[in-house]
Amino acid sequence: MSLLEQLNEKATALGVPLGAHLDITWRCNERCVHCYLDHDGKGEMATEEIKDVLRQLADCGTFFLSISGGEPLLRRDCFEILEYARALRFSVKLKTNAVMIGEAEAARIRQLGITEVQISVYSHLAEVHDAITKLPGSQRRTVEAIRRLRAHGVKVSITNVLMKQNYGNARAVKQLAEELGAEFVIDPTITPMLNGDRSVMNLGISGAQLEEVLHAEEFVGDVSEYCAPVSTVDDDVLDGYSCSAGHTLAYISPFGDVFPCVQFPMPCGNLRRQSFREIWWRSPALTELRAVRLRDLHTCSHCSHTAYCSRCPGLAYMEGDFRGPSSPDCQKSFARTGIPSAAQLRSGSSAPRTVTGLVQIQGLQ
Amino acid sequence: MSDIYISQSAEIAARTLGEETVIMSTADSTVFMLNPVGTAIWTAADGTTPLSQIVEERVCAEFEVSPEEALDDAKAFVEKLAGHGILLISDSPVSGGGSL
Repeated sequence: MSLLEQLNEKATALGVPLGAHLDITWRCNERCVHCYLDHDGKGEMATEEIKDVLRQLADCGTFFLSISGGEPLLRRDCFEILEYARALRFSVKLKTNAVMIGEAEAARIRQLGITEVQISVYSHLAEVHDAITKLPGSQRRTVEAIRRLRAHGVKVSITNVLMKQNYGNARAVKQLAEELGAEFVIDPTITPMLNGDRSVMNLGISGAQLEEVLHAEEFVGDVSEYCAPVSTVDDDVLDGYSCSAGHTLAYISPFGDVFPCVQFPMPCGNLRRQSFREIWWRSPALTELRAVRLRDLHTCSHCSHTAYCSRCPGLAYMEGDFRGPSSPDCQKSFARTGIPSAAQLRSGSSAPRTVTGLVQIQGLQ
Repeated sequence: MSDIYISQSAEIAARTLGEETVIMSTADSTVFMLNPVGTAIWTAADGTTPLSQIVEERVCAEFEVSPEEALDDAKAFVEKLAGHGILLISDSPVSGGGSL
C-alpha cells in the first residue's frame, strides 16, 4: 500500500475531509460549450469569508486543496487566497484556463509552492480549441502560459476533454503535453450542468469512440489488463464504497454551499449559516451517504462489473438516485469489456450512443 | 557536541491527523508520513528550542526510550528530513522557516 493509500485509509477511519475542492468564483472569461456551471458571480464569498473557510478546513484536517472556478484568477484576491492557503500548509492545486497567467503570475505560483496547475487544452489546433472556449486566442495564450509555468519549474497537468468537436485530437494534444513537459490526462466526460440541465451531454463522444479510446495503449497503458473483465465480488468489495465523495472529500461553492463533490450537487449545508465541522459531522445528507456500501446498491451490487467499476454516485444522483447506477460508468465498463452491466441488461441498452459521465484516465508519460 | 536547532521549511505542505503527520515537499511532491515520535519532534521544531530539549520534553517524557538512544535517533531523523528540504537545521536559534 502506498503512503497516499495509507493516508486515505487513515482519513477514512478518522472521518477526516482529507481533500477539499473550493471554487472561489463561477465567473469565467471563457464560455466553454460543455461547461457544467452558470457564471453568476452575485453573492460570492468575500476574501475574509474564504480565509475563514480555509482555517476551518485546516482545523478539520484537510490536506489536499483544489482552488478552482470558474476562472479563479478573475478574482483580484486570488493570489491572496492562494498565499493564505499555503501559509496554512495545504497542498494546493490550482485549476485554471491559464489565459491570465503572465510572467509575474507564473513566478508567483512557483514562489508559493503550488503543487500542480491543472489546465484544459482541448486541441493542438487553435481554431478547434477556441471554438470550444468561445474565446479567440485562448489556445495560444493557454499554451504560452504553460510554457511560462514550466520554465519556472511548476508542475502542470493538461486535461483533454473529449467531445464531438475535438475527437481525434487527443494524440496530438498528448504530444503537445510531452513537448511542454506537462502531465496528460484524457477525459471522455461531459457532465450535466449543476442546475440539472442535461443538454450539454449531447456533446459527448459516441460509444464506439469511447471503446476506441479505452483500447488505445497510449491512453490506458496495458490494454489487456485495463480491459480485462473482473468478476470477483466478495465481502470486501461489497463492504466498500464507490468513491471518496462525502467520506474524505468535500466541495465548497463560491457561495458557501457544501456538497460531497463538485460532481455530486447534493446540498449538505451552507458555511454562512453553519460551521464546516458542523456540516461535515452532522449533515443528515452526509450521514445518509456514508451509510451506503456497495452491497446496499439496488442494481450495482448484483453487477459483474462491481469490483472495478468507477461508478460515480454524483452522476447517479443527477440521474435521480445516488444508490442507483451511473449510466456513464455502465457505458465505460461495457466499452472496456464488451460485457453489459446489470443496469444495461435490465434496460436493454447495452450499446449506448453517447458518453455522459465522469471518466478519467491517467495517460502514460 | 553543541546543540542544534530545527525549524520547519516553508517549502512543504503538512497536516497532522491523529498522532501522525503527513508532509509533502512542494519541490518534488515527495510524501512523508511521520509516526507519533516523529510528529512530536516535528511539531516542536520552532527554531528556538534545542533538539536535546525537544527530545527530553517531547520524546522521553512521552515514550519509553533512553535519552541517549532518543537523541541519536532524533538526530538521524532530522538529518534525513533536512536532506529532503523538509526541516532546516541550524547551530543557533532561528526565527522559523522561510516565508512565502
